Amino acid sequence: MIRALGWVLRRDLLLAFRRRGDVVNALVFFVIVVSLFPLGVGPEASQLRNMAPGVLWVAALLACMLSLARLFAPDHQDGTLEQMLLAGEPLVVLVMGKVLSHWLVSGLPLVLMAPLLGLQFDLPVDALAVLCVSLLIGTPVLSLIGAVGAALTLGVRGSGVLVALLVLPLFVPVLIFGAGSVGATASGTGAEAHLLLLGGFLALSLVLAPWASAAALRIAME
Amino acid sequence: MSKSPRFSWFVFSSPQTFYPLAGTLQPWFAGLACVLCAAGLYISFLVAPTDAQQGESYRIIFIHVPAAWMSMFLYLVMGFWSGVGLVLNTRLSSMVATALAPTGALFTFIALWTGALWGKPTWGTWWVWDARLTSELILLFLYIGFMALQAAIDDQRRADKAGAVLALVGVVNIPIIYFSVQWWSTLHQGASVSMKSAPSMAATMLLGMLIMALGFWMYSIAAVLARVRCVILERERHTEWVMAEVGGPA
Amino acid sequence: MNWHSWSEFLAMGGYALYVWGSYAVTLIVLIGEIVALIMRRRGVIERLVKFYAARRRNHETEA
Repeated sequence: MIRALGWVLRRDLLLAFRRRGDVVNALVFFVIVVSLFPLGVGPEASQLRNMAPGVLWVAALLACMLSLARLFAPDHQDGTLEQMLLAGEPLVVLVMGKVLSHWLVSGLPLVLMAPLLGLQFDLPVDALAVLCVSLLIGTPVLSLIGAVGAALTLGVRGSGVLVALLVLPLFVPVLIFGAGSVGATASGTGAEAHLLLLGGFLALSLVLAPWASAAALRIAME
Repeated sequence: MSKSPRFSWFVFSSPQTFYPLAGTLQPWFAGLACVLCAAGLYISFLVAPTDAQQGESYRIIFIHVPAAWMSMFLYLVMGFWSGVGLVLNTRLSSMVATALAPTGALFTFIALWTGALWGKPTWGTWWVWDARLTSELILLFLYIGFMALQAAIDDQRRADKAGAVLALVGVVNIPIIYFSVQWWSTLHQGASVSMKSAPSMAATMLLGMLIMALGFWMYSIAAVLARVRCVILERERHTEWVMAEVGGPA
Repeated sequence: MNWHSWSEFLAMGGYALYVWGSYAVTLIVLIGEIVALIMRRRGVIERLVKFYAARRRNHETEA
């Protein structure tokens, strides 16, 4: 089973590497969205510092959501997904591999980019560190929940916007505690509780989301 | 000598047998709804006393709170029936789930609208980011997502099952969402803005809310029964019994 | 009895807009749903009658 996971991971990473444009696009989108907010609300430092956790987290949400189109659809179109369903390996394992590679390609770069963007918003160093950790724990949850939405809307017309509609309400708890952790650090109350809760969400979604995604994939491919 | 077959409620699990049952029951529930809502309105206007702090504006809770209760209750029922349809592969359960969604969404809208109209005189703004109202907003998005997903998928069975997965994911998430939003709202506003506690919950107020809630519940059942009858006719149009029912040419 | 006159009842202690706005919109939404259901049922039956008529014509021409 681990071998199957490794195989899916390797394949997806290889494919993503070959189409680096897709990967870079998500990152550039993240940067652009974050940069738009100061242009919209003005450059006053204290206001930006207050807004920063929310803005960075919402931008990460949107970037993750946009990249969901790449998760199952290409494999569905060229028939690989059907082979995966027919393969002897448990579908849950294969889904986990795909989600993991999706996170490595779409989520992890955001985590690495966030400190630089946080500096744009004049966040102090400790807040930047908490921001990174919260994104590190939170973006996998986004990928996991997003996978369920992507599987449900596989091959459906207008699926781009539909996925957003389905998945964004489910992202709300992650957003609240992710942005809240940075806000708590900035105001001095400590981010431990938030990060622990995010960890809890990660554990819960690791158990439930691949299973729901696999069920949704089977429904979509019947 | 053969025993007569024992009656089982499962006989109503086919669209063909449920259709006439729904038709018979629906007027009774509609009648109950009228009676209960009339009683609730009587209590809310003529029995419940004026509130000391909020004046007459608090009377809005007699609609706001029952509507919010119904919106959450209907989502759970929707999740239950779509789950049954997914696991047991029964068509009727999925039809009921599909029929529940619009009524649930409308009650969510009512809860949001009345919440806004209650917030304005009480806290000065048309929208109040308190825990319940924000959770209701997210619940509305969940309902709309469910309806949009089912509308977007052409294959009926796939639409039913996909909707079921989404509804069940939603059911699991609702407590998480509610908890998160509640935490978020107390952190940012303190306990001052909380629509949960109408200042002093006099017994008459609670009674009024309960009766209105029951009235809304009866109304929902009547509306959903009517809607599921339409859904059955639409989906089962290739069967003999629908042809006979609609009175089409032989 | 809470109200001493009709005008007092309608005024709702100054909150008429909010209280009646809530009750009125609720009534409109619920009545609207009922009307929509009635229209939906009529539409379904109309469409089905036409559908069956068309199918019968098809069978007759094929036969």
